[in-house]
Amino acid sequence: MNPLLQPWPWYVAGPLIGLTVPLLLIIGNKALGVSSSLRHICAACFPGKIPFFNYDWKKESWNLFFVGGIALGAVFCLAFMHNGEPVQLNPATIDALKAQGVQEFDELMPGDIFNWGNIASPVGLLFFVIGGFMIGFGTRYANGCTSGHSIMGLSTLQWPSLVATICFMAGGFIMTNLVLPHLMKWLLL
Amino acid sequence: MKNLKYLLIGMLFGIILVKSEVISWFRIQEMFRLESFHMYGVIGSAVITGMLGVLLIRKLGIRTISGEAIVLPKKPFTKGNIFGGLTFGLGWAITGACPGPLFAQVGSGFTVVIVTLLSAVAGTWVYGRFKEKLPH
Repeated sequence: MNPLLQPWPWYVAGPLIGLTVPLLLIIGNKALGVSSSLRHICAACFPGKIPFFNYDWKKESWNLFFVGGIALGAVFCLAFMHNGEPVQLNPATIDALKAQGVQEFDELMPGDIFNWGNIASPVGLLFFVIGGFMIGFGTRYANGCTSGHSIMGLSTLQWPSLVATICFMAGGFIMTNLVLPHLMKWLLL
Repeated sequence: MKNLKYLLIGMLFGIILVKSEVISWFRIQEMFRLESFHMYGVIGSAVITGMLGVLLIRKLGIRTISGEAIVLPKKPFTKGNIFGGLTFGLGWAITGACPGPLFAQVGSGFTVVIVTLLSAVAGTWVYGRFKEKLPH
């Protein structure tokens, strides 16, 4: 049993994630945050005459290296730290998702939803296009995401981050329990 | 290249996100269905560790490796914390990812998530375009 190939429990992963806050501060006075990278991409590629995108994004380019690193880290895991086993979920979750039309539970993501074959279908419209749009629009409107508000903001005791985090969770509960089950039954079954 | 260190820290962050399975759409469903403690444990212990780190930096007057004073950014309150927060939460449950995990999902071989990322960039752009018209 190689521990590097097994999934890591929360009490190992959580503190390691938390340590990135002081690490980034000490290494270069940087505040942990991922969603800003989306703004920098807009500023670099299509700023137009929009004031929100006319700033010196190159000064913030460390953030683009950081998110590039996140993708590379995942590639590294896939190549060297992958045991290929399904996620050990609560059987109740599996049963509920099966009833909503999910059939593939053998990887980190449901392969029957997240594949290129769905790209031009209503499934793709919901899970990739609408879902992604809400992430980009919502995080910028909220001035941060789970890393910037929930980890960095709460770590530095900022009450607006607590408000944002509560709203993140509220939105998630509403979608998962009230909206998505109906949409999934309709789209996947 | 002074930015290479951030690439390395990003890689470590990405490895942790994958190995803790927080990039899994299934885990997000489990969290919002209140059927597992895993995600709450990860986020909760990350916040406590981050708080302790920041506390130590403050108490001991720790500076950056190049000797600068550490600046802790202020996040001002706006109504966007509520409206944007709710919008993001809805999207989080659909995609099974926050922005960090989106990059990790692509790297884990779910390349179709590139479309989700591009759509997130589009959402960010639309926010920037209509920022002045939105309540803040």
